[in-house]
Amino acid sequence: MSNPSNLGYTEDHEWVDSADTKSATVGVTAYAATSLGDVVFVQLPEVGAKLTKGEPCGEIESTKSVSDLFAPADGTVVEINEAVVDTPELVNTDPFGDGWLFRFEVTGDLELLTADEYTEKTREEG
Amino acid sequence: MILSCPHTHQPSTDPPVTLHDACPACHAAEKQNSRRAEGDPTAMSTPSPLHAVHEALGAAFTDFAGWAMPLRYGSELAEHKAVRTAAGLFDLSHMGEIELTGPDAAKALDHALVGKLSAVKPGKARYTMICDTDGGVLDDLVVYRLAAEKYLVVANASNAATVAAELRERAAGFDVEVADRSADLALIAVQGPTSAAIIREVTGADLDTLAYYASVPATAAGHDVLLARTGYTGEDGFEIYVDGPLAAEVWQALTAAGAPHGLTPAGLACRDTLRLEAGMPLYGNELSADLTPFDAALGRVVKFDKAGGFVGQAALERRRDADVPEKVLVGLVGTGKRAPRHGYAVLDADGTEVGTVTSGALSPTLGHPIAMAYVPIAVSGPGTALTVDIRGTQAPVEVVKLPFYQRPA
Repeated sequence: MSNPSNLGYTEDHEWVDSADTKSATVGVTAYAATSLGDVVFVQLPEVGAKLTKGEPCGEIESTKSVSDLFAPADGTVVEINEAVVDTPELVNTDPFGDGWLFRFEVTGDLELLTADEYTEKTREEG
Repeated sequence: MILSCPHTHQPSTDPPVTLHDACPACHAAEKQNSRRAEGDPTAMSTPSPLHAVHEALGAAFTDFAGWAMPLRYGSELAEHKAVRTAAGLFDLSHMGEIELTGPDAAKALDHALVGKLSAVKPGKARYTMICDTDGGVLDDLVVYRLAAEKYLVVANASNAATVAAELRERAAGFDVEVADRSADLALIAVQGPTSAAIIREVTGADLDTLAYYASVPATAAGHDVLLARTGYTGEDGFEIYVDGPLAAEVWQALTAAGAPHGLTPAGLACRDTLRLEAGMPLYGNELSADLTPFDAALGRVVKFDKAGGFVGQAALERRRDADVPEKVLVGLVGTGKRAPRHGYAVLDADGTEVGTVTSGALSPTLGHPIAMAYVPIAVSGPGTALTVDIRGTQAPVEVVKLPFYQRPA
């Protein structure tokens, strides 16, 4: 699955839609979802939680592994995707769409990779 | 997110790391990688004889103990379910196969392994172990007696080279030939409730007389194979040993015959959750060189009534007779969706650490978390309430009898 060019990406395999920095949307990439395997549990930060760039803010568990979610920037959580909490497989079936994880108000710097840069990075990782 | 250990062992460190400390497959892969980095061209991942078949099926591969093997073809949960409700088709060609042939084959194995292989009848198989002189488990094995003077030892991929080397060394002085067939033998498994119908169709073998843990020479896709009724999933199932170059034809014949029976290609990811539900130990998790078979509550596989003694006998006798506080392997079930995983601490009602989780996952069949752990006898009774430290959260669990899942009779 190609990485949508309208999104920004982190080194930690997350995507950010920062068109609205009052409510930027965060999810994990298709590459990450495929590497994880079937996602069975998602733990998200609570609405109102303060995020610190690079700090763990949640967890994604597949049958095989547990991975931390990292905050892409400083900010405050404004909304979480209840649907993905109830139906974690949305991360696998629609990682860039219905499988979004949370929205946050960006208060700090947002340094993201472009889709091309991220695609290149995942190609290197094989 | 940091993507972690892709093998059938659970990553457990905090934060997760790419190399899982307790995972033998990671260590083997790491060794392979460093040899490759040093320019050793023989250090590339070995492709299975079925590699092209897996590529055509769109498999995701993992480097498992130096082999590039299918981890999953699509959804590992769907593959798991297929094995429980219909049948799964596995490539297990990474497993090690070592043949012992000669008049002293039985005697040599009685000496080399903890089991009494001389007591196994031709056509039957036995679950056993190879231990070091200290009694530590070097690997757990399935040994087939193919004929009076011929055995096939099947080892875990990550230990195959060690087992082959040990068997060669331990067979010195016996009139027996030891041949490592790991590189040229393929192993295909068909596991699940519809597996017998599929195997009957493909091999024409009389399965009514083929008991669990038995094998018989058979024909599949016109080729000579060894057909065994064994497995690692908790279901009725079969394993087919065949020369590598012929494996693709056997695979295709099984695929064709299996289609009306719901046969689905299945990867190593679901193999691990299947064996965990069935309460079966995995080397590197439940078993290691730091544990004797007695520590793993598998002392029953050690047979002391063998003429001539065996490697590890003195240490194992001491361990058998020692008055050490026993730990036993128990099953734990939890609530919710977060699974206890390899390495997590098990605590008693007072919050005192009493043991460690060896394997754990959210059970695809049962829908709740399951785990195996070593705990003291005092807290090992079914119904005992314990907790597991799941990354800082104390999750309540209850001790249950293994296995978690038993196939309907």
